[in-house]
Parts: sequence; structure tokens; C-alpha cells
Amino acid sequence: MSVETHDIYMVAAGLVFAVGLGGVFLCRHFFRKIIATKMLGAAAFLLLVSVSRRDALDAPDPVPHAMVITGIVVAVSASAFALALARRIRAETGQSTFEEGDAP
Amino acid sequence: MSGLLVTLPLILPIVGALVCLFLPARARPWFGLAASLAITLAVLALARATVLSGELTHSLGGWAPPLGIALRVDGLACVFLLLTAFVGLPVGVYAAKYFALPAEAKGEAFLFWPLWLFLWAAMNGIYLSVDLFNLYVVIEVLGISAVALAILSGRPAALLGGLRYLLAALVGSMAYLLGVALIYGSFGTLDLTLLGALADTGFTTRLALSLILTGLLVKTALFPLHFWLPSAHASADPPVSAILSSLVVKASFYLILRLWVDVFDATLTYAIGQAMGALGAVAVVWGSYQALRQKSLKLMVAHSTVGQVGYLFLLFPLITVAYEGLGDSPWLVHAWTGGIYQALAHGFAKAAMFLAVGIFVLATGTDDRESIVNMVGRLPMTTFAFALAGVSLIGLPPSGGFVAKWMLLKAAFSSGQWWWAPMVLWGSFLTAGYVFMILRVAFAPSRGSDRLRPVPRVLEAAALALGIGAILIGFRAEEILTLIDIESPFADLVDPNEGGISP
Repeated sequence: MSVETHDIYMVAAGLVFAVGLGGVFLCRHFFRKIIATKMLGAAAFLLLVSVSRRDALDAPDPVPHAMVITGIVVAVSASAFALALARRIRAETGQSTFEEGDAP
Repeated sequence: MSGLLVTLPLILPIVGALVCLFLPARARPWFGLAASLAITLAVLALARATVLSGELTHSLGGWAPPLGIALRVDGLACVFLLLTAFVGLPVGVYAAKYFALPAEAKGEAFLFWPLWLFLWAAMNGIYLSVDLFNLYVVIEVLGISAVALAILSGRPAALLGGLRYLLAALVGSMAYLLGVALIYGSFGTLDLTLLGALADTGFTTRLALSLILTGLLVKTALFPLHFWLPSAHASADPPVSAILSSLVVKASFYLILRLWVDVFDATLTYAIGQAMGALGAVAVVWGSYQALRQKSLKLMVAHSTVGQVGYLFLLFPLITVAYEGLGDSPWLVHAWTGGIYQALAHGFAKAAMFLAVGIFVLATGTDDRESIVNMVGRLPMTTFAFALAGVSLIGLPPSGGFVAKWMLLKAAFSSGQWWWAPMVLWGSFLTAGYVFMILRVAFAPSRGSDRLRPVPRVLEAAALALGIGAILIGFRAEEILTLIDIESPFADLVDPNEGGISP
């Protein structure tokens, strides 16, 4: 099996996703965790864009592009919400990380 | 006509939520309740049409798949639409009164109605959609509106629980989206029906399946991915906790079930089924044990959700044997209906339990397990609602929970997978433990003459209505089974009533 361009994108998406996943669980600061979720999104979008043109001879498939645009809009709103929430937590409690015993 | 029927459960809550945003805070509860009633009637009409004419489909805007987005409703979708409506209505009545109480009116309570209607639209969207990407969008709407509801009270504990919930929800939906991208790359379509015919046992499909499954398991809070649930569900306001615990986790469970039987049936193996069942079994024991250990009432009810969600997953190993060449065995119907019944019974019981605990907290001002002494004398209606919900969670006859656990046990024994049976029973013993621990305190005589804050009767009636619902669905088994059978993958195997499930 020969390595094709598409496979490279796929592996890259997998790596970016793994980095994002590590960030969400290993970083302590809220901001880093939120940025890590953005990397998860970036991995999914990279893969979607790469599948839109698997064969160099075909015209690119517009459907994945539409999905990426929708996905970006959704991801932006979700991160805006997460950032607003993190700021509110900081304003109310002064915390920027989850601490042991935070559970009510 | 059928197109309108299929789209109404989606359009009504969205329009309702948007209108609600522009109404003054005082008018919102009345409008919200009217909208809830309208959605419930629309869902009932849709269910009636489905019973009469079988599966209904509708292509939005007249564009057929693979280009357009289709909506489809079958018996399984109907059951979940009805569950959402019949739990949502009493919880809405409770919320209207609860957020009007002077002590609770602070915070951003006026946002409850628009957010709840958006959440309702997202859940109905999950039940009706048959397009993987459309499902991604509604999952995100579901996650964001659920988190926004969870932090309405503005208390620090709720904010922290909410952020943890939001991060978990984002990880889950991104894993799902990555899986969807792989699927589209392999098969070039997102329509569930078309994919069902294409899905194979290749490496890419397996990888996509595991990403999608993991993403949805995070959202369903299956052990060990349940870490976010107790803090988020226990810190929210009582009507919100009820919605999150009884309905929102069911939406992602429904999606797992839908994909499992409709899309990936060729990709699944005995081992994947057993792994899901094993996680479910550990969840049953772990969640129920944690519930038993909690001193706080709301945390106890939240941990109980972790355990009860575990029961739902015992369904998967039992139905997966179908794909190993045992395709027409009668226990499949028992497993299928048992799993769905567990979703219904837990939906009603957990909503009732959260509402009842909310009333206890409101009346005593504390969340401590030991503070509810002599509740049976002081708030008999609410204690009764709690007891009814407990009976269904334990699985005592004649409740809905009994029907669910009975059918799961039956399927476990007749399929030869007897090892699930002790898990079901062990979970029931632990559940009985924490339910009776609460009832022991509630029945204990009062030591002092501590006065309770007055509780509006409407709150108590809403909790009791849900508690009665959890018992009643055990009696209405035949109607519900008829509905489940419409277009069910196992419908033509055997009449489940022949097996003698009638309580």
C-alpha cells in the first residue's frame, strides 16, 4: 500500500486530535483546556477538507466544505460560551483551574 | 400533511424559544407552558399517525438524500419524543412556579424558558434526524443549551460544574465529528439509511465507529466517562437537574442505539457488544455504590443516574448476538424492549426524584441527607413521589423499572449470557439501599420542632405526577410495546406478549 497525500492528512489530523485530547485532560488552566478543544475541532476540519478531494482528477466535493463552515460557526459559538463561562468563574471565585473538592 | 406532522416537533420549540426571547420575563412562563402543551399535542398527533401508517419520512425543502436532509420517524423515535414531552410538561409546570418563588427569582432564571425550548428542539432533532452531520449540529445545540441551563443559578459550584460539563461535551462532539469525517471520506454519504447498506468491517469504518461511540459515550456519561455528570447535575436548579438527568443523557443514548442497529450492524462484533455491556455493568454497581455513600441529597440522585445509565448498556451485548448468526432468537425482542423500557422508566423516575429532592431542599434550606426527618408527616405528597420513583429505580413490581429489569434478566438467561443477571440484581440491591436509607430518615420521628418553609402545592403535584408516571408505564406496557415494534429491527421475530412479560 503506497502512502498517498490523503493518508498524510489523515495521520496529521490524528496527531492534532491526540495533542488536543492531551491538552484537555492534562492542562490545568481553563484557557488552555478551551484552546485544546479548538485543536480537536481543527483536526476534524482538516480531515473533512482533505476528504473533499481524494482524487486529483476529480473536481472537489463541496459538501465537506459546507460541513466545515457549519462546524466552524458552531465551534466559535461554543468556545465563546466556554470563554465567557471561564471569565465568570474567575470573577466570582478567582479560580482559573479546577481544584480537588470543587464538586459541590 | 405528514411532512408538517414530522417537522412540527422541531419547528414549534425553535419558534417558541425565539419568540420567548422577546417576551417580558413575566409573560415567559405562560407562553412557555402554552408552547410545551402545543409541542406535546404535536408529538401525540405524530405518534398517532405513526401507529396508523407506519414509518414516516420527510425530506426538508423537497431535497431527497443524499443531497438533502431527511427526517424520519419510527416507533423508537416516537417513544423518545413522547418521553420528552410527558416528562417535559410536568417539569415545566414545576419550573414556572419554582422560578417565581421570591428566594429563587434571582440569577438568570428568566432565561429558563428560551433555553429549555431550544434544548427540547435539539432533543426532538436527534430523534427525527437521519443525517450524521445534521445530528452533529443538533448535538452541539443540545450540549450548549444544556450547559447554559445548568449554570442558570449563577452559584460558583454550578459554574464550575457547568464548565466541566461543557468541556466534556465539546470533547465528545469533536470525537463524533472526526468519526463522521472518516465515514464521509469512505462512503461519500451521511444519510443513515444509505450508510446502513454500505458499512463494512474495514479498518476505517471500525475507527470511525469507535470515535463516534466514544464521543457519544462521554455525553451519555457511561462509566468511566461519567466524571462530569455528578457535579453538573447536582449543582443545577431542581427542574434543570430533572431535565438533564432524565432526558438529556437519553438523547445521546438514543443516538448510540440508532447507529448500533441501523448503521453499524455489519461492523459490530460479539466483543464490542460484550465490552459495552461490561462498562454498563460496572457503571450499575459503581454509580449505585457512590449514590449510597453520598451525604448530599442531590449528589446522591446524580450518582444514581450514573448507575441507572449503566442498565441501558446491558442492552447492547444482548442484541449484538443477532449479528453472529443467531438472527432470529426470541430474546432479542426482550432485550430490545427491556432497554427501551429502562430509558422510559428512568426518565420518569429520575425527574420525579430530582423534583422531590428539590422540594425537600426548598423546605429545609439544606441539602443534607439527615435533614429530612419526619418528611412523611410534614410533606407526605413529596415523600410519596420520592418513594414511587424509588420503587421504579429499584425495579419492584408493578413499576416501569420492573418491566425493564425483568425483560433484561429474561433476555440474559435465554441468550445464555447469564453473567449480566447478577449485575442487574446487585444494582437493584444497592439502589434499594440508598432509596430505603432516605425513606428511613423521612419516616423517623421529628426530634425538635424545626419549621419548614412553605412549599407551593403545584411543585408537589408535579413531582407526584412524574412518580405516578414511573409506576403507570408498567401497567400500560401493551400500548408502549405496540409503539416500540413499529419498524423495530426485531419486530417480526416474536410477539413479546407471548413470553409472559405482563406484570
